[in-house]
Amino acid sequence: MENPYIPYPVRIDEIKTETEDKSLKTFKFVFLNPEDEEKFAYKAGQFAELSVPGLGEIPIGIASSPTEKGFVKFTIFKTGKVTSYMHSMKEGDIMGIRGPLGNWYPWETLEGKNVVIIGGGFAFTTLRSSIIYMLEPENRKKFKDINVIYGARSPGMLLYKDELEAWAQRDDLNMNITVDSCDDPDWPHHTGFVPTITEQEGPSGTDDTYAIVCGPPIMIKFTQPVLDKLGYTEDRIIMSLENRMKCGIGMCGRCNIGKELVCKDGPVFTLQQLNQTPKEY
Amino acid sequence: MRVIRIDKSDWDAGVEKLRDTYRLIGPVKEKFYHTFAALEAGQIPDMEYVNSRISPKYAIYPQSEIILSCSLNEDDEDYKIYHEPEDKNYEQKAVLGIRPCDADSFELVRVNFDTEEYKDPYWLRAYESTTFVGLACDSPCPTCFCTSAGSGPYSDKNLDIMLVDKQDHYLAEIITEKGEKLAKAAGWQTEAEEGATDAIDKSRADAESKIKSSVGTENLAKQSLLDLYEATVIWEKPAFACINCGTCTYACPTCWCFDIQDEVHGKESFRIRNWDSCMYPIFTTHASGHNPRGTKLDRVRQRFMHKLKYYVDKYENGIQCTGCGRCVSLCPVNIDIRGICNMMNSYDPESCTCEVTAS
Repeated sequence: MENPYIPYPVRIDEIKTETEDKSLKTFKFVFLNPEDEEKFAYKAGQFAELSVPGLGEIPIGIASSPTEKGFVKFTIFKTGKVTSYMHSMKEGDIMGIRGPLGNWYPWETLEGKNVVIIGGGFAFTTLRSSIIYMLEPENRKKFKDINVIYGARSPGMLLYKDELEAWAQRDDLNMNITVDSCDDPDWPHHTGFVPTITEQEGPSGTDDTYAIVCGPPIMIKFTQPVLDKLGYTEDRIIMSLENRMKCGIGMCGRCNIGKELVCKDGPVFTLQQLNQTPKEY
Repeated sequence: MRVIRIDKSDWDAGVEKLRDTYRLIGPVKEKFYHTFAALEAGQIPDMEYVNSRISPKYAIYPQSEIILSCSLNEDDEDYKIYHEPEDKNYEQKAVLGIRPCDADSFELVRVNFDTEEYKDPYWLRAYESTTFVGLACDSPCPTCFCTSAGSGPYSDKNLDIMLVDKQDHYLAEIITEKGEKLAKAAGWQTEAEEGATDAIDKSRADAESKIKSSVGTENLAKQSLLDLYEATVIWEKPAFACINCGTCTYACPTCWCFDIQDEVHGKESFRIRNWDSCMYPIFTTHASGHNPRGTKLDRVRQRFMHKLKYYVDKYENGIQCTGCGRCVSLCPVNIDIRGICNMMNSYDPESCTCEVTAS
């Protein structure tokens, strides 16, 4: 019997501070046992439990893409006991990861479709995973137009800045970067909230167009009417939820929204599915 | 299935013999109440008990259990690498005298710990290494409603042996292979006289007729989940009374929710699983401070919706309740799951009304 509670041991290979306020750091982990990397085979949209021995575990979306080999990446916002401790950890330190957990963005459904990615703040991690996955040459041809709308409070609060700039140069995806406000006169991207930019730049909803939306509740609240207006039906709006979790495998009982367990039946749901559950997220 | 006769004069000696093969757990009186405890050498289970105050779920699923441990000593090879503790003991054990409703609870809980994708090794190993010797219930409490909750005073579907008390002897149904093995280990092998099965059936009918309270569950699956969720007529009153003490969840045989915490002792770290309760705000509070079930009403509703609607819809296995009545008799503010179940079962979303029953 496989014990689903035992984390795979990993070594922190690299830590990168992502934002100007230093509240977000990206950790690159390498598995101590190479065979564990194969067991950890994941899809974009899944999450894992990061385990710091002596402190506890936290559920975090996987920021690396399944097409990136030899490591896994997670971007961590400093907020609670474990994340705060992790922000003081160093390259070379040993910890654990358990997973991959939960479902993923519906890649089978999305094949042959236009994909619009709408993200805000630090909820961009599994969206990074998704973009890298779709841009992989052998995958890119599986999707039609790819649009990305990503916003943060200020330029210094955007995640993965180098990658964002590189994506903005490409002609096989349409990149819209925005910030709430900016006093740099040379800022080359948009200024304005994500819902506004989505209304201006987002493609219309068709039978062939799916939107993946991840962001703070306030962004989601105001993006939803915009997507309605653009013609997106509820089953073509895909969202990823987070709730407090412990086990990550559907047993400890706290992350449910109605009868769905966010950790196991989610975290990815369509808006249509969410409209049939209590709004306990 | 066969029926044997165990004379009560042979009971103690049989229990003693079982110790060669099994670790024994049974009802013992501690101060005012009965509890299921490990039976020390020479200790005999108190088979005159009514039921334990807290359900015996902890015989399989301890309230607090170390699930992983690791070294925090940098010189150790497995420094910071969590593994299963080596002292886990899954030798055979027998639970003596468990009530049928409590044995049935394990079947309801199993769907949570034994899934297609994940198996909880601790719960499953403990369950599978246990033999259940049940004691049929002849004098139910006024709070019992097992017969309408998918169980019953003589429910033998999750027992290995069921004992029926016949004053100077037990009639024992040997139900499973495990039960057969235990009877043999105890030396209980006297075939019951003819008519024993009929005698058991008669006692069963008598016992069932003594259960006077019931719940209606036939409409629960048909009801709309969101309608019930939004039925404030059901939730406001119990939410007003509830003090979120969590007694119901701790006493309940089918409540399975848990927390996982790390604790450090010297140079060793332990990952510990503890029972948790949906009654507590911190059960669902995010690190940001946001709480999706931030009000008492949210939490009271979660407990009943989980047992009586989410479980019903998710597993199509009836309600997540065996009718043991513990939450009814122990609730300090008299919240009664029977009344709430009846309201949910009879709720009419058109008129926003439901039937209100005495209990």
